Parts: sequence; structure tokens; C-alpha cells
Amino acid sequence: MTSSAIAVSGLRKAYKDKVVLDGIDLDVPAGTIFSLLGPNGAGKTTTVNVLTTLVKADGGTVRIAGHDAATEARAVRAAIGVTGQFAAVDELLTGRENLQLMVDLSQVPGKDGTRVVTELLERFDLVESAQKSVSTYSGGMRRKLDLAMTLVGGPRIIFLDEPTTGLDPRSRRTMWSIIRDLVADGVTIFLTTQYLEEADQLADRIAVLDQGRLVAQGTPDELKRQIPGTHVRLRFTTVAELDAAARVLTGATRDDEALALRVPSDGGTASLRALLDRLDEYAISAEGFSVQTPDLDDVFLALTGSRTQEVSAK
Amino acid sequence: MSTKSHSIVMLRRNFKHIARNPTSVFNAVLMPIVIMLMFVYMFGDAFNVGVDYIDYATPGLMLLAVCYGLGATATAVNSDMTKGIINRFKVMHVSRGAVLTGHVVASVLTNLVAIAALVGVAFLLGFSPSASLVGWLGAIGIIVLLGFAAGWLTVALGLSAKSPETAGLASVPLVMLPFFSSAIVPADKMGPGLREFAEYQPFTPIIETLRGFLNGTPSSDDVIPALAWCVGIALVGYLWARSTFTKRA
Repeated sequence: MTSSAIAVSGLRKAYKDKVVLDGIDLDVPAGTIFSLLGPNGAGKTTTVNVLTTLVKADGGTVRIAGHDAATEARAVRAAIGVTGQFAAVDELLTGRENLQLMVDLSQVPGKDGTRVVTELLERFDLVESAQKSVSTYSGGMRRKLDLAMTLVGGPRIIFLDEPTTGLDPRSRRTMWSIIRDLVADGVTIFLTTQYLEEADQLADRIAVLDQGRLVAQGTPDELKRQIPGTHVRLRFTTVAELDAAARVLTGATRDDEALALRVPSDGGTASLRALLDRLDEYAISAEGFSVQTPDLDDVFLALTGSRTQEVSAK
Repeated sequence: MSTKSHSIVMLRRNFKHIARNPTSVFNAVLMPIVIMLMFVYMFGDAFNVGVDYIDYATPGLMLLAVCYGLGATATAVNSDMTKGIINRFKVMHVSRGAVLTGHVVASVLTNLVAIAALVGVAFLLGFSPSASLVGWLGAIGIIVLLGFAAGWLTVALGLSAKSPETAGLASVPLVMLPFFSSAIVPADKMGPGLREFAEYQPFTPIIETLRGFLNGTPSSDDVIPALAWCVGIALVGYLWARSTFTKRA
């Protein structure tokens, strides 16, 4: 399919005088996973809120499944499912009751409703805990239930706002496989995340959001190509050594904060030996040495401001 | 799906909450009774109010019981808001009316349970109102009206608060207000400043109306301001809740 499930142009939103979204353009083809990547406070949740009709934009247009989010909110809501940043489950109800609540609120008729609930419990491996109060669920189970609740009405476009934040690695992988299965069924996914690995693993296209602007957009490979290739990273113990090395190795980029030097290299043994010989020649010793191939982390750090470094370092 | 059937689903959800979270009900039901026992046994003889103290204090404590239930409502509404459950409902196109009315109705019904328990204990302590059937209906009417008014205001507080803790705290003034009215001590026995405050704050005419209904007929000097306050509070609460619900995501 080539039609757009989500088409956004010139989207702007400000709270009082604080600009949160400053002209966002997006296009998500139906049946694909789109990932909006950005540090905390970049505007990811605000984007989701506007796209899902919860918040009105100040400017620009948003079309979801062909409907205008501002004027045809009802039609948009009928087409979408949203799983917010925090598991929006009812802790005082059981898992089954949570799903039943969604069935009761959507247009699913009685008998089909029971079937839908049972199927979702099986699909998300929640059958054993179905009769237990959600307050006893682990974080991973809550997220799964949350997503199951979103699927009750059979939405064709699903928004997932940081669906794996705070999950352990195993639960995160389970969530990823669930998301892949959804897309295999032809569902369109709009995913926000602050984990590059997640975007890399799942997304067909990625947009990087920083301080309310899209600073890059493309496939994971396209983004990786935007930054310098393989390089050697040298770490030093003192500024003096860093200075000395930076004088000797021309073409290197310094990172004063980490006392590190990034030297372009093809990663082959010959060029590595040459590099080490050169350091030896000037009696400079590095504390650490590593060969790095670019990953999305590099792209992310290169694209977003220094403010975001500490966030992504976590 | 209609707003009406959504409202029923929401109300059912609120009832399940109350049934499964009995601590909040205990607080709403037991606290007023504890306060009643305390005032009647500890302080009752110290006040000369012209009638049996239990007869004087019970209507005031009924109001206090309404207010004690509000903390739980504020916390419940806020946790729906901050946990994103209200957003989920909004995206499912559940109407504002259904979501909020569920909370208000559950709040009023909790009030009625608390008041029934309180009045039951009051009878054991010798409460002897001279109210006719009409008087009782009037009394129940004014309590339900106050319950709705305070309920809407509390829902608005709950929607606006940043966290369930602040929501609970925001309802404290509503819980304290009856103490500074003629609920427990006649206003004219209070010190200057406080006395004027007690005379003019909303709870005093509401309590006097309730007293009137339970001990004969209320004076229109109380009933009109009482009704005006209730309608005013309900309106402010409703409009505030409505606009917060629409704006906040």
C-alpha cells in the first residue's frame, strides 16, 4: 500500500510562550512502522497527543487515515488505538475486567466481546493472571495488558508512546515481537522511543525530534550514513595528553568532556598499527582504545544538542 | 454508542472501585462517626446550645460526612487523569459526561451510605429529630444537592491537580470548612472574626436548612442562601471540570 496512514504538515504547538513543536512534517505510509526518536522533553508525547486528537494544534494540518484530526476527531478516533507513556490500566480491576471494560465502551457486541477478550488474553499470554487484580501485575504484564486494551476495537493505526520505557530486556523483546506481529497484519505503527536500538530494530523510517524540530528523517541506514564512518576512539587521562595527541593526529575530532579523540580509520590492522606507531613516536599513551563502527547512538548525539547527551547516556 | 450506556459502564466501574478499595469507604464512613462520638462525649457537655447536643450536632455532622467522602473522589479522579486512563477514554470517544458523572454519582452514593451509618449511630446516642416525612425528604434533598455540588467541585480539583497526593490535599479545605461553620458550635459562640466568617460561609445556611428540616420547618432565610450556594458551587465545579477535561491531556 502506498497511501498515507498519517500525514502531518507544518505542525506547531506552544504552551503559553514555550514552543513545544515548531513545524513538524511527517508522512507514514500505511502498514509501516514509523519511529519518532528524541530525548526527554523533545516533544514526542505532545506530538502523539496532537495526532491522537487529545490536544489541539496551534497550526499545521494533521490527517489520520485520511481524516482531519482537528475537524473530524470522531472519525480519527474510530481508526486509531493509543497506548500512552504510562500503562493506562485500571489497577483495581482484573486483567479480564480491564479488557471487558474496553469491549463495553467500544461497539463490540456481547458475544463477540467475550471472544475478543479471550483471544487477547491468549495472544498476550495473560490467561493465568486474567482473574487477578492488575495491581499485582509486573511492569511488563501491565504494558502487555495496556496494548491488548488498545487492540480491542481492532484499530488500523496504533500509536505507542514509549512502549518499553522502564521494561527489563526480556519484556522489551516480547513487546518488540508483539509490535512486529501487528505490522505483519497490516497495522500502521507510530512509535516514540528514546532508545535508538528500539528504533533500529523496529522502524521502517525514523525521524529524530529535538527541541520541537525534526532534525533528521530517513531509514535507519540512511541516518547512519549521515555521520562519519568507522573510527578509532582514544581515551586519555589528562588534558595535556589529549592536547598532545590532537596535535599529532591531524584530522581527529576531540571530545574534551570525555578526554577522547576520534580518529577516522578503516579499522584494518595496517592503519591501526600506523596509528599506534605514531603515538609511540611522540611517547603519548592512551588509557583506552576502541574501534567503533557507527550506530544510531552516534547519529543521535551528532544530531541532537549537547543537552541531550546525559539523557541518552543512561 | 450512546452517552447513557457509556455512563452505566463508567458507574459500574466506579462501584467496583469502591467495593475493592474499602479503606477509602471506611475513611468516609467511619471518620464522621468517630468525630461524632468525640464531640458528643468529650465536648458535648461543654457547649450550651439550648437543645440536646446530639440533636444540635447531628445535622452538622451529616454535612461533615459529605465532605469526608470527597478526599477519596478527588484522589480517584486524579489517578484516572495522571495514569492516562481518561486519555484512553477520550480516544475511545467516551463522552466527558459519562466519565465525570460516574465519579460524581459514585461520590454522592458514598455520601448517602456514610450518612445512613452516621444517623444510625446518632439514633443510638439519643438523636430525636421531630421531622415529618416531608422534613426527612427535604433533609435528604439538601444533602444530595450538596453532595452533587461538592462532588463536581471535587472532580474539578481532582482533574486539575498534579498528583493524587495534591488532589487529596486540595480537598482538605472542603473537609475543614464545616468545622468553621455552625455545624458543631453555634456561630455566635465563636470569637470575633471567626464568627463573621462562620456566619457568611456557605456551610452555615446549608446546615441551618438541614437543622430546620429535621426539627420542624426551615426558615427561608436559610433555605434560599443554601440553595443559591449549592447551585453556585455545582455550576463553578461543573464548568471548571468541563474545561479542564477538554484541555488537559
